[in-house]
Amino acid sequence: MRLGLLLVAGVGYLLPAALSSYQTFEFTQVFIYAVALLGLNILIGYNGQFSLGHGAFYAIGAYTTAIMTTRWDIPYGWAIIAAGALSLVVGFLFGLPALRFEGLYLALATFALALATPQVLKYFDTWTGGSQGIVLDKPSVPLGLPISADQYLYYLSLTVLVILLLLAHNLLRGRAGRAITAIRDNPIAAEAMGVNAALYKSLTFGVSAMYTGIAGALGALAVAFVAPDTFSAFLSINFLVGSVVGGVASISGAIFGGAFIEFVPTYAQEISRAAPWAIFGLTLIIFMYVMPTGVAGLIRRVAAALARSMASEQPAPDSQTAAAEAAEGNRGSARAVLGKPD
Amino acid sequence: MAALLQQIVSGLSTGGVYASLALALVLIYQATGVVNFAQGEMAMFTTYLAWTMINAGWPYWAAFAATLAIAFAAGVLIERVIIRPVENAPVLTIVMVSIGLLTIFNSIAGWIYTYTVKPFPSPFPSTPINLGPTTISLQDLGVGGVSLFVLVVMYVFFRHTTLGLAMRAVVENPVGSRLVGIRVGWMLALGWGLASLVGAVAGMLVAPLVFLEPNMMSGILIYAFASATLGGFNSAGGAVLGGFLMGVIENLVGTYVTFIGTELKLTVALAVILLTLLIKPTGLFGRVAVSRV
Repeated sequence: MRLGLLLVAGVGYLLPAALSSYQTFEFTQVFIYAVALLGLNILIGYNGQFSLGHGAFYAIGAYTTAIMTTRWDIPYGWAIIAAGALSLVVGFLFGLPALRFEGLYLALATFALALATPQVLKYFDTWTGGSQGIVLDKPSVPLGLPISADQYLYYLSLTVLVILLLLAHNLLRGRAGRAITAIRDNPIAAEAMGVNAALYKSLTFGVSAMYTGIAGALGALAVAFVAPDTFSAFLSINFLVGSVVGGVASISGAIFGGAFIEFVPTYAQEISRAAPWAIFGLTLIIFMYVMPTGVAGLIRRVAAALARSMASEQPAPDSQTAAAEAAEGNRGSARAVLGKPD
Repeated sequence: MAALLQQIVSGLSTGGVYASLALALVLIYQATGVVNFAQGEMAMFTTYLAWTMINAGWPYWAAFAATLAIAFAAGVLIERVIIRPVENAPVLTIVMVSIGLLTIFNSIAGWIYTYTVKPFPSPFPSTPINLGPTTISLQDLGVGGVSLFVLVVMYVFFRHTTLGLAMRAVVENPVGSRLVGIRVGWMLALGWGLASLVGAVAGMLVAPLVFLEPNMMSGILIYAFASATLGGFNSAGGAVLGGFLMGVIENLVGTYVTFIGTELKLTVALAVILLTLLIKPTGLFGRVAVSRV
């Protein structure tokens, strides 16, 4: 994990030198989506709850930032933090009733949330500017750094992503993380062990919403514009797709998923200008058939197989077999959520 | 008072549409344990097929019948070809596949028929009929009547035919059903076919009201979800009643709660779903699922 993170950060920080300004923007989007998907992965992959409505939290983050920076002249740094905090609270409150629902009902309730979001945004038009939306100023480059505004946003998003990746990693590795996964694997046993399932489920929903809210804040800054129709149900579906394609029960899956939802629609448009979403839907179904644990799951499986074949050449158990076994174990729990039942 | 009655009556009429789509959802849920998120888009697509036939000069009811046949066949085909490979996979996988279907149908409809709004003919004239203090249009009466007819047919099918009994048996106990010679896989496919057919009816009934466009069903679908949740996802009768209730709630809230009006229609459905799940998660008529641990 540490190594992977260093790799991502290292490549990420060097990349803009080789990118055109449009590509820089595209990668900024990938990082922003990755932050949102990270939240969704914590919820779906580690806690076993669904959400088809995370677009709503993305919208909350985006609009919080837009309103705070344009109406109240609050610096965007504080706006991002406020967006995260507000999403955390709203997510927690939504999660309170949500913890009563089993998987499918939660999917329904959140799907309703996703469908209702644009309407609600249009309704409170004194705050949100109605269907006209709000135009933001791109944050200016601080300290007189010799980079463009787009490049600055790139570094900002990457930095936020790396911090949040670390946070997620630490959260899931510790006591809270064990409680969260225990609820996924066997809620009754978890409660018998003294885990307050109700509280942890709502908290996980809140944290997950916070990640997505922060992503929304960054998204609003990067695009410099928010409008209700960009937060339609398709956005929520997009997030779920990205999360599943990347691999729900993995932290690195968020980055693959982010790349998927940023680049695949563009390529789909090249394949079929007329019906890009059909290609998108088809890709999704094919993914479900052949790679139910997502890209991250596939990589883990390949790595485990490689480690096994190396281990069979040198029989002494080394750290690699241990790593392979650990990866196997992880894959097993991912399968409980996504793959065929064991 | 007369105005209130008027709102209730016309609410019941749109409620018939919600009831039909809710029934379609519950049929698939009961038969397979899956909520089909593509149900609305499937209904929308079959409605476009009906539109094509009517525009080609077919009489309305001939197009209606042909559409139902196609919808049924398509439902069976989708289950056999697309859902079957993930039949035993966890819920999330199947939900994802149905969402894939949703985007495919939506996109293909937009590609073939464009996103411009099209009028869809109604077989019923809009002449009003006086019923004591209130009036009801033949259109409303027809929509309510057709949905009610479909629901009765479904009821009779499930309660009083061997095939219906076999389908219920599969839901209750798939292994036992297979042992007595019921072809479980085909019963599931039949469930999808019937749901698709009922959905097509809902689509054709609602199209004259909301006009035909690729996104026309998303609002209807969320109301159908709300209806099924309100009535109970494992009770077909409950879902139907929930549908009529939702129609009435929509109209009354839209008329009498002024800050909601029509602009927050979808939020009303969201509120109904959340409240139902908070107060009585199984819905009005659902059974509590008991499982051994």
